[in-house]
Amino acid sequence: MRKCIEGSLAVAEAIKLCRPAVVAAYPITPQTHIVEELAKFKAEGEADFEFVRAESEFSAASIVLGASASGVRTYTASSSQGLLLMTEVLFTIAGLRLPVVLTCANRAVSAPINIWNDQQDAMTIRDAGWIMLFAEDNQEAVDFHLLAYKISEQVKIPVMVNMDGFVLTHTFEPVDIPSEKEVACFLPNYAPAAGQILNVKSPVSLGCFATPADYLEIRQDLFNDLVSSMEIIKKELGNFKKTFKRGNSELVEYYGDKDAEIVFAAMGSIVGTIKDAVDELNAAGQKAGVIKIKCFRPFPKEEVVSQLSKAKYAAVIDKNISLGQEGILATEIKALVRNDKKVQSFIVGLGGRDVTRQHIFDIYKKVQDNKDGVLFVG
Amino acid sequence: MKKMMEIRIHGRGGQGAVTAAELLAIAAFCDGKFSQAFPSFGVERRGAPVMAFCRIAETPIRLREQIYSPEYVIIQDASLVVFDPQVLIGIEKCYAVLINSEKTNWPEIKNKNIVNIPATKIAIEKIGKPFINTALIGAFAGMTGAVSLAGLTRAVTEKFGGKDNKVAESNVAAMEEAYRLVKKS
Repeated sequence: MRKCIEGSLAVAEAIKLCRPAVVAAYPITPQTHIVEELAKFKAEGEADFEFVRAESEFSAASIVLGASASGVRTYTASSSQGLLLMTEVLFTIAGLRLPVVLTCANRAVSAPINIWNDQQDAMTIRDAGWIMLFAEDNQEAVDFHLLAYKISEQVKIPVMVNMDGFVLTHTFEPVDIPSEKEVACFLPNYAPAAGQILNVKSPVSLGCFATPADYLEIRQDLFNDLVSSMEIIKKELGNFKKTFKRGNSELVEYYGDKDAEIVFAAMGSIVGTIKDAVDELNAAGQKAGVIKIKCFRPFPKEEVVSQLSKAKYAAVIDKNISLGQEGILATEIKALVRNDKKVQSFIVGLGGRDVTRQHIFDIYKKVQDNKDGVLFVG
Repeated sequence: MKKMMEIRIHGRGGQGAVTAAELLAIAAFCDGKFSQAFPSFGVERRGAPVMAFCRIAETPIRLREQIYSPEYVIIQDASLVVFDPQVLIGIEKCYAVLINSEKTNWPEIKNKNIVNIPATKIAIEKIGKPFINTALIGAFAGMTGAVSLAGLTRAVTEKFGGKDNKVAESNVAAMEEAYRLVKKS
């Protein structure tokens, strides 16, 4: 049913529809509304999951790790410092091959302390071994959670769904919330594979000590599976489209003039503003386009290269920075494209600074100046 | 209707600027339009100046920037006109300004279309408490036609309807009263 609803509440409804058995979280802005709503569902008898209010994010992540290892569907959400406090456990969850689903309501990281949106939190744990999806709007945020469970349980890799804090979590807009029946059909009950979980009748150990004789191969396996999960993600995006009649199976979407010389690259809610700016540029006869990267891990290298193939300049717009280097998405794209293409790193929106169409027009001009280095806009 | 209508609401923490934006967005949605409402995030301190934003359009809304050139400005607390410089951003070019006040002279506001509505008075009369939101959005509907009274009634009933229907009913009454007052003037 279509509703005009706050992003956080829409995601909470989606999680309820996915029927997790254990939800554990510790409150942190701007993620709080999601788990508050889930706690309400539980209190009012609309959902029967175990809700554990942990004493820290480290514990919340550990609780979903343990629950997932016992073979049930789990959920947690966090932001910023909370996500970073989970870091050690996030690596372990991926290493144990547990299909945990986590929402990151993206927020800036201290210091200075700042509760507003950027994507520094998620980008900082990009090497943890999780699949990382980024939603442009609240419909995608809802849809990606359904997909997250479907994908993670097949590939035995956890999925983090990123939605920009406040910009999406606190925004009311129309969202189609699927019915219980539709979701149950798309996402059947979780049936873990034998040997994957702790079972007293058939004992196994998870996360054993690995000596130099084995560790490298085990990490290589996770790498290979994460890379090949790309095909499963595309397949499930396609299945989602068939079932729910929206979305597409692309990991990287292109929007704008097909022969654009200047192409922006970005992730998350900022893509919406960029699309409006691209429309204005195109209407004024400027050849511009934008690629939206929906899936950051595994990184869809071939799609990025092909979508940028005609561009002379790529303006990569990051809401994060690898201090001492440049925007993280910019580094990743520079590693892929030939030297004759100019890729420039632009940093915007840190700590909730508003990103406007005017900023995008400024970037359109500046990328043609052929300067090196990182440019901060805003 | 212009391609997209943008509304900016100014109030103080606790007055419900964010709720007003939500109600307008839900009402527009009930009217069959696309809408978006969001706060100027993170300053939820009682009494501090706050802003909330609402967009209404016939097509899906992708834009996420704050609103700098609104079609309409709604001011919940008239003291903000002199106190908060953000109130005046883009105000010269907006179609109209709606103020919760009985005063009619606003030298700071360089705009000829100012509508004053005694929302606090209406709220105390109809709801019994100074909850000005519903009177203001009722006045806004009367002033602009951007949202229908039926859409607003649905939004307010959804938001305030619970065990005690009186809350929703008194809010709808405040809304209708302000709507009529503006329509008449």
